[in-house]
Amino acid sequence: MQRRQLIKALTLSASLVTMGMSWSIQAAETIKVGILHSLSGTMAISETSLKDMALMTIDEINAKGGVLGKQLEPVVVDPASNWPLFAERGRQLLTQDKVAVTFGCWTSVSRKSVLPVYEELNGLLFYPVQYEGEELSANVFYTGAAPNQQAIPAVEYLLSEDGGAAKRFFLLGTDYVYPRTTNKILRAFLISKGVAEKDIEEVYTPFGHSDYQTIVANIKKFSAGGKTAVVSTINGDSNVPFYKELANQGLDATDVPVVAFSVGEEELRGIDTKPLVGHLAAWNYFQSVENPVNTEFVKKWKAYATTKGLPNADKAVTNDPMEATYVGIHMWAQAVEKAGTTDVDKVRQALYGQTFAAPSGYTLTMEKNHHLHKPVMIGEVQEDGQFSVVWQTEGPLRAQPWSPYIPGNDQKPDYAVVGN
Amino acid sequence: MPTALYRLLLSLALLLPLGAQAGDALEFTRAGASEQVRLLEHWSASPTAERRAFLDALQQGRIGADGDKNPYVQQAGQWQPLTEANSDDNPRVLRLNNRLRGLLNTALASHALSDENAGARLDAARTLQRNAPPALLPVLEQRFAQEGDDAVHDALALALANLQLASPEAATRLKAVRLLGETGEPQAKTRLQSLLDGDEADPAVRKAAETSLAQVERKLFIGELLGQAFSGLSLGSILLLAALGLAITFGLLGVINMAHGEMLMLGAYSTYLVQIGFQRLAPEYLALYPLAALPVAFLVTAAIGMALERTVIRHLYGRPLETLLATWGISLILIQLVRVIFGAQNVEVANPAWLSGGWQVLPNLVLPWNRIVIIGFALFVVALTWLLLNRTRLGLNVRAVTQNRNMAACCGVPTGKVDMLAFGLGSGIAGLGGVALSQIGNVGPDLGQGYIIDSFLVVVLGGVGQLAGSISAAFGLGVLNKILEPQIGAVLGKILILALIILFIQKRPQGLFALRGRVID
Repeated sequence: MQRRQLIKALTLSASLVTMGMSWSIQAAETIKVGILHSLSGTMAISETSLKDMALMTIDEINAKGGVLGKQLEPVVVDPASNWPLFAERGRQLLTQDKVAVTFGCWTSVSRKSVLPVYEELNGLLFYPVQYEGEELSANVFYTGAAPNQQAIPAVEYLLSEDGGAAKRFFLLGTDYVYPRTTNKILRAFLISKGVAEKDIEEVYTPFGHSDYQTIVANIKKFSAGGKTAVVSTINGDSNVPFYKELANQGLDATDVPVVAFSVGEEELRGIDTKPLVGHLAAWNYFQSVENPVNTEFVKKWKAYATTKGLPNADKAVTNDPMEATYVGIHMWAQAVEKAGTTDVDKVRQALYGQTFAAPSGYTLTMEKNHHLHKPVMIGEVQEDGQFSVVWQTEGPLRAQPWSPYIPGNDQKPDYAVVGN
Repeated sequence: MPTALYRLLLSLALLLPLGAQAGDALEFTRAGASEQVRLLEHWSASPTAERRAFLDALQQGRIGADGDKNPYVQQAGQWQPLTEANSDDNPRVLRLNNRLRGLLNTALASHALSDENAGARLDAARTLQRNAPPALLPVLEQRFAQEGDDAVHDALALALANLQLASPEAATRLKAVRLLGETGEPQAKTRLQSLLDGDEADPAVRKAAETSLAQVERKLFIGELLGQAFSGLSLGSILLLAALGLAITFGLLGVINMAHGEMLMLGAYSTYLVQIGFQRLAPEYLALYPLAALPVAFLVTAAIGMALERTVIRHLYGRPLETLLATWGISLILIQLVRVIFGAQNVEVANPAWLSGGWQVLPNLVLPWNRIVIIGFALFVVALTWLLLNRTRLGLNVRAVTQNRNMAACCGVPTGKVDMLAFGLGSGIAGLGGVALSQIGNVGPDLGQGYIIDSFLVVVLGGVGQLAGSISAAFGLGVLNKILEPQIGAVLGKILILALIILFIQKRPQGLFALRGRVID
């Protein structure tokens, strides 16, 4: 008992110190904002543009006078696609740089790696990428899609007449938590739709895998047994050799469509897309979406890429996680204005119910379950590397972080429990 | 002006069939998605010669519609209205989805069956073998009766056989089942299987279906086996190209060269630069850039390798631990340097057209061109290295120095220069490997990191100092990997292979091929 009290006292004093520190931040001229994205390694292909998007959004907010009358000061760190390094850099952001909020992570494994740090130090993390759900931390706001806002509608589309009425499913992913959990949910969903076990095949490859010969040959063999669709949760630069191999082995989208959950406009920049026309991606935003907010957003991004001299600026594209980053930063800024402070607990309360007119063409609301309501869109790859939307939901869907297709989830509360 | 007149006539002739089919086009652009599906299905069952130009244009993405859904066709970059009515706003390309694209392919094939060119008819018949719907039966039967070309006739017979499996007459079904046994199409297996699983009552048909199924399965099995062997060889050739440079720097010179992977990476980046150079200066020869990249990559990496050897590595001969650390440091410096110059993201190295696509050997076996070329290239580099080491004075000197440095020096061999040239050679060969790797994978600053372990595995497994050992180890590992992968998956396969190598090295530390004799220290 005594020891517990001692620990309590220690924690209390530690939190007092942190509170004091956070007060000292507010007294400073600027508000520090952490950006935690891999700028090197296998995930750099996807995450670098999120860092640039975050910087652009911060510039945009600063140009309008900042937040609470103070300028935002970005602190960029590179966790180098190295998952333990994410935790280390996250701790550095919170304890040394004392950032008010962090925008970062792409892979779920990196988020899981920083999560304990943010919960321990009561930090605030905005996570901009679609993921597998099964998590609801009070210290994280998830501005990407939950499974019911991406994976499930995508598979429903594949099952429909328009999507080719697939009978067999080849679930292909990188070997880590996101693909494994997503495929677990999808398998339960498919079985509930009457797809037989033998018509579902699950295959995983390591991160950075580059030899897809056998897998593509297996997909071909599998597809002979009936109309097949491939659900790809391959992450990072492995997508390039995968799609190259698909094209070279002559597997057309009309025969076997591949629907990808982690391939957007940015990933397609490194590939010749002509042989890939017709393959699918499911997201909550595409650059090709037509509405005034998006036109403005794309224009701003292209101008930013050119003025900052980003690599390949002439071919700059926007994608879903970039949009989610943009929305997340703006929502946080709005919440800070509303709360009148950057204090995490107050900002958290202020974030609930925040709305923002997003480039996807809808006004998105931040729900008490720390997820956004999002519209779902399915796009087909076009020759120019863009997607044309072939199906979309009527309006934004409410997120279900705890998928009903995983047993036991009906017991879990649909809101964040603060403090453990 | 006869040419102008000719051009006018030609463009009229091109436009005419489209004009004649304005009705079809209008119907299609006005239709909703489900209506378009019905239209395409209807068209493929009742092909007309005039409609083909429209379908071709539709497939090529040259059909557009304006705000009022009036059809247009794109001729030489210009939109031409297909109907009298047109509105002011710009036409936009009509987007198709997968389902429509599939139906369009079938419709095009059914129209192409009456093409004048036998080759086009054959392609069409082959397409229909895969995806002809039952509604096409009358069209196929009609074309089958009229077809004069033997090859097309046979292909049509097969396409028909697929549909005749559902025929009410047992005799027709029997014929169809027998015919399907001749093919190696993966779909034939499914069709026969579902016939057997279904309520086929006729015993003769059942029996024939069983025989045909066995036949098809045997053919498919051969295709699969060949495919596996090919992918094993392909992976082996990639491992070989990655490891060959190291076989010289580590194998012959004994330098534990951790910067070897970065030489591969620099070779790949040289390819990227050559590609950019071609794009800027000589876009008409862009397809040839990989060939031009070979000497460039070789020279660049060889020069860097020689510079490294002279400045760092030569001071560390005989001190393996320090060499390991120093070369590892060099590798980090090179990675960071490339990151600073080119950015952390991967750069795009595109396959030229002659390295894209594949060669259809069997119905279930396509060999991608880039992999075929890389296998050939790996063998070429091996031959080159062997000739250099065994048939030139430099090679003789290198072998002399590696076997007995002091004695070689006594005989007047300039050991320092030989060391430098040999290290340059090894680095240059790694650069060549980098050119090949750029054609199949990603080109980024970390490219080398993914290959360094595999390269050391190949060299150590093959036996240090033995070119033949490296070759057999590379192909052996490649084939073994590809045999294991379908059985237990890519992740477990990799683990099992590493475990096997550990066991093998325990048993046989000198590797597959070992140098014998007193010269080895």
